[in-house]
Amino acid sequence: MAITLRVNRQAHTVDCAPNTLLVDVLREKLRLTGTHVGCDTSQCGACTVHVDGRSVKSCTMLAVEAADAEITTIEGLASSADGSSGRSGLADGGNLHPMQAAFQECHGLQCGFCTPGMVMSATDLCRRNPKPTEHEVRHWLEGNLCRCTGYHNIVKAVLAGAEAMGGKAK
Amino acid sequence: MSAQGFGASVRRKEDRRFLLGKGQYTDDITLPHQSYAVFVRSPHAHANLGAIDAAKAKAVPGVLAVLTGADVAAAGLGGIPCGWAVKSKDGSSMVEPPHPALAQGAVRHVGDPVAMVIADSKTAARAAAALVDVDYQVQPVAASITAATAADAPLVWPDAKGNVCFDWHLGDPASTDAAFAKAKHVVEIELTNSRVAPNAMEPRAAIGHYDAANDHTTLYTTSQNPHLIRLLMGAFTLKVPEHKLRVVAPDVGGGFGSKIYHYAEELLVAWASRVVGRPVKWTSDRMEAFVSDAHGRDHISKAQLALDANGKFLGLRVATLANIGAYLSTFAPAIPTYLYATLLSGPYDFPAIYAEVKAIFTHTVAVDAYRGAGRPEATYLLERLVDKAARQLGIDRIELRRKNLIRTDQFPYQTQVALAYDIGNYQATLDMALASIDHAGYDKRKQATEAKGKLRGFGISTYIEACGIAPSALVGALGARAGLYEAATVRVHPTGSVSVFTGTHSHGQGHETTFAQIISEKLGVPVENVEVVHGDTDRIPFGMGTYGSRSAAVGGSAIVKAIDKIVEKGKKIAAHLLEASAADVEFVDGKYRVVGTDRAKAFGEVAFAAYVPHNYPIETVEPGLEENAFYDPKNFTFPGGTHLVEVEVDPETGVVEIAEVAIADDVGVVINPMIVDGQAHGGLAQGIGQALLEEAVYDADGQLVNGSYLNYVMPRAADLPFFKVGNHVTACTHNPLGIKGVGETGAIGVPPAVINAVIDALAPLGVTDISMPATPEKVWRAIQAAKKGA
Ligand code: FES
Ligand code: FES
Repeated sequence: MAITLRVNRQAHTVDCAPNTLLVDVLREKLRLTGTHVGCDTSQCGACTVHVDGRSVKSCTMLAVEAADAEITTIEGLASSADGSSGRSGLADGGNLHPMQAAFQECHGLQCGFCTPGMVMSATDLCRRNPKPTEHEVRHWLEGNLCRCTGYHNIVKAVLAGAEAMGGKAK
Repeated sequence: MSAQGFGASVRRKEDRRFLLGKGQYTDDITLPHQSYAVFVRSPHAHANLGAIDAAKAKAVPGVLAVLTGADVAAAGLGGIPCGWAVKSKDGSSMVEPPHPALAQGAVRHVGDPVAMVIADSKTAARAAAALVDVDYQVQPVAASITAATAADAPLVWPDAKGNVCFDWHLGDPASTDAAFAKAKHVVEIELTNSRVAPNAMEPRAAIGHYDAANDHTTLYTTSQNPHLIRLLMGAFTLKVPEHKLRVVAPDVGGGFGSKIYHYAEELLVAWASRVVGRPVKWTSDRMEAFVSDAHGRDHISKAQLALDANGKFLGLRVATLANIGAYLSTFAPAIPTYLYATLLSGPYDFPAIYAEVKAIFTHTVAVDAYRGAGRPEATYLLERLVDKAARQLGIDRIELRRKNLIRTDQFPYQTQVALAYDIGNYQATLDMALASIDHAGYDKRKQATEAKGKLRGFGISTYIEACGIAPSALVGALGARAGLYEAATVRVHPTGSVSVFTGTHSHGQGHETTFAQIISEKLGVPVENVEVVHGDTDRIPFGMGTYGSRSAAVGGSAIVKAIDKIVEKGKKIAAHLLEASAADVEFVDGKYRVVGTDRAKAFGEVAFAAYVPHNYPIETVEPGLEENAFYDPKNFTFPGGTHLVEVEVDPETGVVEIAEVAIADDVGVVINPMIVDGQAHGGLAQGIGQALLEEAVYDADGQLVNGSYLNYVMPRAADLPFFKVGNHVTACTHNPLGIKGVGETGAIGVPPAVINAVIDALAPLGVTDISMPATPEKVWRAIQAAKKGA
């Protein structure tokens, strides 16, 4: 079947089976390979994207379910509404989203595989809760696994990113 | 030398592409006309293979081929080789069973690949794989060390009597017996080092592409060491000369050891591409990864410590059984031997040590190096034993360690287990860690914990490890079937920018930044003008890859050697330009200068002259500015330090919470403190994971009972605190950078500190032992048992 998806502010019509997962359409049909697959049980969060601004594990959603929604992937984050504002004061704030810039500044990534999911999830947190505490960040990231960083610098990055996005951390 | 040189926390160059979703991992690559492979894997731990009926599978639309062990044999593909041969005590060779890429005759662990289905689409390949009908004749199973060493245990391999792969030893039994004979105290311990699954977040993947017109194969693979894979495939499995095989390891999403090895799937996609005439891609599912990636650890050990009346260590005896799985993975035999028993002296002055290690075949997936690889097992044993000795003798745990740590005036220190430590300062890291955790304030924190109705425990581990393995001649004598040097090319371009080609591979370590910092430090070139190339056998002359925390210590040293050659050649060019003698020219702050004058040429000017040799000593100096170097390490490097942990235990639920982690490491000279700290953080998380949460559990039938993320529990952000990380540097004495290595320290040092802290918390209740992982259930049961016993 043909479905039309709005991804990163562009409409794409793709042909796929009704049971195709959103992540597979993003990766295989649209070649948006920044969204990763780390598991087969919806546990790792590497596949996290925004659907109508909310973080969603794209391996848990059928592509058809997303047909009427606005989807943002890691590739589109910097040009989203609160994207590269240049007001972050962080390295490269000019063309990374403030949360992306905070991850670089705080060394919140190593192999980079969990990173798109972490950044998408963290951005959603900070839009809902502009001044998260360390405790809130750690619990919000419950759905995202990282095997490289021990989360130490990811948590620091999210706190810095929150501040850069406009909230002042508690 | 430069602001971006050693000691600068330069932000990582590689981050941009990862943060923008533009990393290129193997599964992100799509080749034209690509087909997809799915493997049929054994659901049984041990079975003889009858007929394989693929008729129904082949009838699925889109299926291109169904290949089995018979096809692998007919094609003449070689078995998956083992890269390290260990000899038993009696001089006999280890049992080295055949390891066909697809099972032939029998399957020996759940996940053993039986058939490979290749189709137009992943969906078709999956559907067809489910239709391959395999006649499994189920056989008896030995899925643990205990089961495999029982009398009348089923044999994994007929040649391996008692399932013993090798029965090896190290150290001097006679002097150790003598030490025990004169001991005032003997302390004994029996423990297991739990089996864990590495779980890099990127599952393994491989794409084979055979180009028939040029008779050339390209393999994209999730590997920590593409040249090693080319070496093994070229010589042993695919059997093609190097120039007909290109191995690319693009961005790789973590390895932790599990992506060192040559896996059957790499060979199979490369070969299958020839069979079907199209590129063949395979990407592991996570559940598939659990039963096909090599696991780590899995030891059962008994040890005895001999002490004199004052608590001075006299001797150590260790007997270890190491699960090696059903097949020998690439480095498997080296892990419980040369990377384990050689570390049993720890940071301590031991006059006598004797260790015996038996490697045991079981009906489980292979066990090989996982972050730390042998050193965590040695550290865990030693640090649990030292803590037990302190309790038994009534000596403070810190004091007992202080009494026995090798003193700074004892370096170089020859251990009784072959290794010779060049340098360290274990007292300094101990003091630093104690200050960092505010050990003096511990009692106050304990009171606060107790006021909440919980128990608090303090745990310590003083550890040593060995990295940057090690002179090729030595490891060759010990059974390694490869050299362990590293290669580098440094290419200075006409405008003075630099490309570095390294045989190591970065899969999270940040080489694109740290290696650029080496160039910046030595040549004064800004990191923005340095490109670091890795992961492609067509672009990099040679290399051995990344494991054992070797990249900076060995790979970085190779880069330095190449830089030195560049500097020397540049001197001759500069001397010509400056009309001086080369002997009078020095290279300082990125400039060639006539000593004692202000006459100088910038590095860029010299580089330009090398490529535009109009005014040039062409008779004596070749144009161009590019050098290769190979560096063979002179010794292992020996990072060490102290890891301290405080835990809070809820006696009602058994839940252990990590309250404080403070470590002080000595990893030698630090290039980029931000990256070094990050490596420590990651290692700590994996070490805490093993201590509290993780264990790969096989049942008696050889089924992996927790082979998915639903039930294999890894640390999440809320399970961990911020870590206090410190470094005290003593520079390695035998490599040009003074670097020791940082990749594994966290995973090595911290597990015994966690368990020692848990035991400390529970000691007032009468608990004396708890095994990894200290899950709430296990802790709760230990408390109940102690209560009953009391
Ligand atoms: S791939 Fe979606 S949660 Fe793991
Ligand atoms: S950075 Fe590697 S998994 Fe998070």
